[in-house]
Amino acid sequence: MTGFITRRLASAVLLLFATSVVVFGIFEVIPSYNPARAIAGRAATAATVAEISQKFGFDKPVWIQYGNTMKLIFTGQIIDYQDNLNVVSQFVHRFSVTLSLVVPAAIIWMAVAILLGSISALRAGGWLDRGLMVAAITGVSIPVFLLAAALLYLFAFRLPWFPNTGYTPFGTDPAQWAYHLVLPWLSIAVLSIGFYSRVLRSNALDVINQDFVRTARAKGLTERQVFTRHVLRNALMPIVTLFGLDFATLLGGAALVTETVFNLPGIGQYEATAIGQLDVPPIMVGAMFTAFFVVLFSALSDVVYALLDPRIRITG
Amino acid sequence: MALDSPEGGAAGIIVSAAPSDLSPEGRQPAAIGPWQLALRRLRRNYVTLFFLALLVILVLMCLLAPVYSAHIAGVGPNTNNITGTVSVNGTQQNIVSLSGVPIGPTWGAHYLLGADTNGRDLAVRLLYGGRTSLLIGAVATAVIMILGTLVGLLAGYFRGVVDFILRPLMELIWSFPVVILGVALGTALALGGIGPVKGNSLFIPAFIIGVVYVPYLGKPIRGEVLRLREQDFIDAARVQGMGPWRIMFSEILPNVSTTIIVFLPLILANSILLEAYLSFLGAGVQAPNASWGTLISDGLTYIQTTPTYSLIPGAMLVLTVLSVNVVGDGVRDALDPRAQVRVRN
Repeated sequence: MTGFITRRLASAVLLLFATSVVVFGIFEVIPSYNPARAIAGRAATAATVAEISQKFGFDKPVWIQYGNTMKLIFTGQIIDYQDNLNVVSQFVHRFSVTLSLVVPAAIIWMAVAILLGSISALRAGGWLDRGLMVAAITGVSIPVFLLAAALLYLFAFRLPWFPNTGYTPFGTDPAQWAYHLVLPWLSIAVLSIGFYSRVLRSNALDVINQDFVRTARAKGLTERQVFTRHVLRNALMPIVTLFGLDFATLLGGAALVTETVFNLPGIGQYEATAIGQLDVPPIMVGAMFTAFFVVLFSALSDVVYALLDPRIRITG
Repeated sequence: MALDSPEGGAAGIIVSAAPSDLSPEGRQPAAIGPWQLALRRLRRNYVTLFFLALLVILVLMCLLAPVYSAHIAGVGPNTNNITGTVSVNGTQQNIVSLSGVPIGPTWGAHYLLGADTNGRDLAVRLLYGGRTSLLIGAVATAVIMILGTLVGLLAGYFRGVVDFILRPLMELIWSFPVVILGVALGTALALGGIGPVKGNSLFIPAFIIGVVYVPYLGKPIRGEVLRLREQDFIDAARVQGMGPWRIMFSEILPNVSTTIIVFLPLILANSILLEAYLSFLGAGVQAPNASWGTLISDGLTYIQTTPTYSLIPGAMLVLTVLSVNVVGDGVRDALDPRAQVRVRN
């Protein structure tokens, strides 16, 4: 177990390092990109640009710039070029909003997917089963931001059931918090439900014909016990891995566009604004942040995998 | 991802003596070859055929954009007309109101779907945008097919140093969140372009999407090749004196072709989607060009008053991607009813 954790940590650090180098490199090797000019604005004189270039250290060699940037990130002192805000504190400050968005969305999507997947496995070939097949393929064909825009139009403007934009912190008023987030949650959750329940269904159908399920029935367990303890438990395992990766990429993908459409002040919105303004530090911190969660969740899903399946013992 | 090649699957039974002779033009005995079998299954799948027809119609609509632009709308995709007027139900209306709000759908020949803030005809831009989206999707898919196959073949066949260099590269791209990587590349390149390619060139997003999705094909192909290279017919080829390149392209490639075909529609669908994502975030197609992604993004401002601005390009996008996915599913079922593949977004 210790060896496993060490290996995981080492690969995590390596991946984060590679991520930062890649993002930094992307912006550095592009010949026409001059961050000093971006900070100075369009109408700046050459002298101002040179001054800023010196102040931020853009005139130094690439590796020194890289080192400086990393030092600034890890000491929490990096500021964005556009508004001179501290990037790390912006991320910390906005993270609660993004968590309020993605965590309940993920819970909705997993809970509904497990429920629907189980029912359609038990009634394979039924109308729900066929409906989910359509839902799955439709879900992977719709981009999140489009569903968000459609929901915003239908349920905030056409039928004024939900507020169109804005965010209320959970601490201020939980009811308002949920009321403002229903549409964003749905935008993220709905598209994945179909696919996940299909995967669960086909896993469950694979498991249901195996010997140990027959044994479980033979030793007198009720159908309900057989399904929840033996079938579902085994069918959930591939989902766990899938979910780990998808949840982590939510932070770097769906959150970006959903927060933009619904004007939620989370890290996604901050990153999206930074992209529009070619503001490197937030993009870089964002990429590393997301990569960190990708690594974290793939490690976590390995552990959960081992917990769910006693046959798998993590070696090393 | 248990994708059986024809060599190991049902086809092996039919022509087990000559596994390398599986190409469509290969000499076949009276029995039906795997490709004809697949085609026969496909022809009975009416859902797939319906969506194939829908896809053809959508593509034709986009290809005919210049015809619509010249003969019906009478304006080009980038023709500004801020001060002009258009007649709606017999009355002349400003295309862009004095306060800067563009006109909504007129449902007539001119400005069918309304205009944008520059007074450009949205219906014309919708079709030209579709051309852009499809073109980027197609070019990106071609890049992925070529690079992915090459990387998979090289890493899988040579192993050793080649694999040692290529595999971590693929792992790095793989574990990088697709949208973030695409966005970082997109923003950086949009600013100044690269070499002779201008910043607003359509080939930049196509190239970016190509790079980002290479591992999704490269990894499974590599796995297949690793398995195939240990088989007897490769040894036989080696004993006959074939060089490594010849073995790769004439012995192994035909055996991974099913995998490539199964992944093709999936990668096309995801390339079109990623283009929309990047364009939506401003890191894809750059002005003055339009794509479905930029139109959805532009239309968000007017979602309350003119929902068609965003939602019609959105519907075109979804129908296209959905058709590609359904057709891909049908092809996959026809080739190997058991396979399950998916590309992560």
